[in-house]
Amino acid sequence: MCLGVPGKVLSFEDGDLRMGRVAFGQVVKEISLAFVPEVKVGEYVVVHAGMALEVIDEEAAQRVFQVLRELDAASMEGLG
Amino acid sequence: MKFLDEYRDGEAARPFVEAIHRVVTKPWSLMEVCGGQTHSIVRFGIDELLPKNITLIHGPGCPVCVTPVELIDKALAIAAKPGVIFCSFGDMLRVPGSERDLLHVKSEGADVRIVYSPLDALTVAEENPGREVVFFAVGFETTAPSNAMVVSQAHKRGLKNFSILVSHVLVPPAMEAIMSSPRSRVNGFLAAGHVCAVMGTAEYLPLAAKYKVPIVVTAFEPLDLLQGILMCVTQLEEGRHEVENQYERLVRAEGNRPAQAMIREIFQVVRRTWRGIGPIADSGLGLRPEYAEFDAEKRFGVENVGGPESAECQSGLVLQGLLKPQECPAFGTRCTPEKPLGATMVSSEGACAAYYRYRRVMA
Ligand code: SF4
Repeated sequence: MCLGVPGKVLSFEDGDLRMGRVAFGQVVKEISLAFVPEVKVGEYVVVHAGMALEVIDEEAAQRVFQVLRELDAASMEGLG
Repeated sequence: MKFLDEYRDGEAARPFVEAIHRVVTKPWSLMEVCGGQTHSIVRFGIDELLPKNITLIHGPGCPVCVTPVELIDKALAIAAKPGVIFCSFGDMLRVPGSERDLLHVKSEGADVRIVYSPLDALTVAEENPGREVVFFAVGFETTAPSNAMVVSQAHKRGLKNFSILVSHVLVPPAMEAIMSSPRSRVNGFLAAGHVCAVMGTAEYLPLAAKYKVPIVVTAFEPLDLLQGILMCVTQLEEGRHEVENQYERLVRAEGNRPAQAMIREIFQVVRRTWRGIGPIADSGLGLRPEYAEFDAEKRFGVENVGGPESAECQSGLVLQGLLKPQECPAFGTRCTPEKPLGATMVSSEGACAAYYRYRRVMA
């Protein structure tokens, strides 16, 4: 149950629970966005047990791949 | 799926694997705290990509696995009462109590329903005003905000037929218990990414300092795990013991403030018993006295219900990284997912189940 799943926010309405529609691939579910008041439509959230826990920072998400490219370049130099 | 598939690309991960091999000169044991991480490691064979002198130890971070037997027995007692609708996450249904499991009482006619979210249980309560609806609130810091939210909503909406059976545990006290054991072999931790998304990373600073262990907050996909391992062994080789964050796309140092505020409003820190491990001080959450009316244990008078654990199951040792699942004599013989002796063989995040599913050839 600790597996959080990333999904894209399609829409949401106001209210205590801020219920919204979130797409996980082809599947769309009703999810509470109460804990991510700053989220905008089109952004990605990680969802646990029916509630979004956090918004995914897309810029930070790219950094893993940046580190990989740097490591790759470094190891190529080592070989050369 | 975006933010999932790209982190599962084996070829892309190669530079991390090579860098780990370059960096490591000494033997190190790392514990991944969360059962979701264990599952990925075993499923994708991450451990098999690592240098021989790196050992991954599987940690206690599976809520299904650590929910104590007495709580399962309480759940069974409540679910069997007439008029009760007992709602639970699906993975709890086959966890053995001292004699039976929830599936068993369901087959005898109890109204046990699987829900995906505690919010669903709240809806069931609103739709069935004549019935008592109970939600089995288990989990770590990740499910605590949602479970707190339903109590807050039930209170606001004046729902009189809703209560929760609470078995909430906290990660840092369990890590502390593991480190303070003289048998601990852990040199570094991969901390549980989603727990930190809620709570932030500050709680880990004193642990890293006191036990001189690097703690790297790590996500769940193969690429993430390999990067987390690289960051952790780099610290160890350089003699550092800091809290670092591999999962920066989701985890902020301060965590999720609204979620923390919701937890604090409804719950307080209490002593909890961990299945297989025993009681740990300040290691869990219970309802605040102001919300006692939503406490299913009190409502149904089951405070004193609860039998002993299976004497044969060694899951306590497995959960503390002191025993590999396949080293348990019952593994794959008297204990299988179809006929489990312990919770670690039931849960999709349990170490015994992960080994049974992906590593049976080695057993
Ligand atoms: S294999 Fe079964 S009996 Fe052995 S530790 Fe795991 S769950 Fe317990």
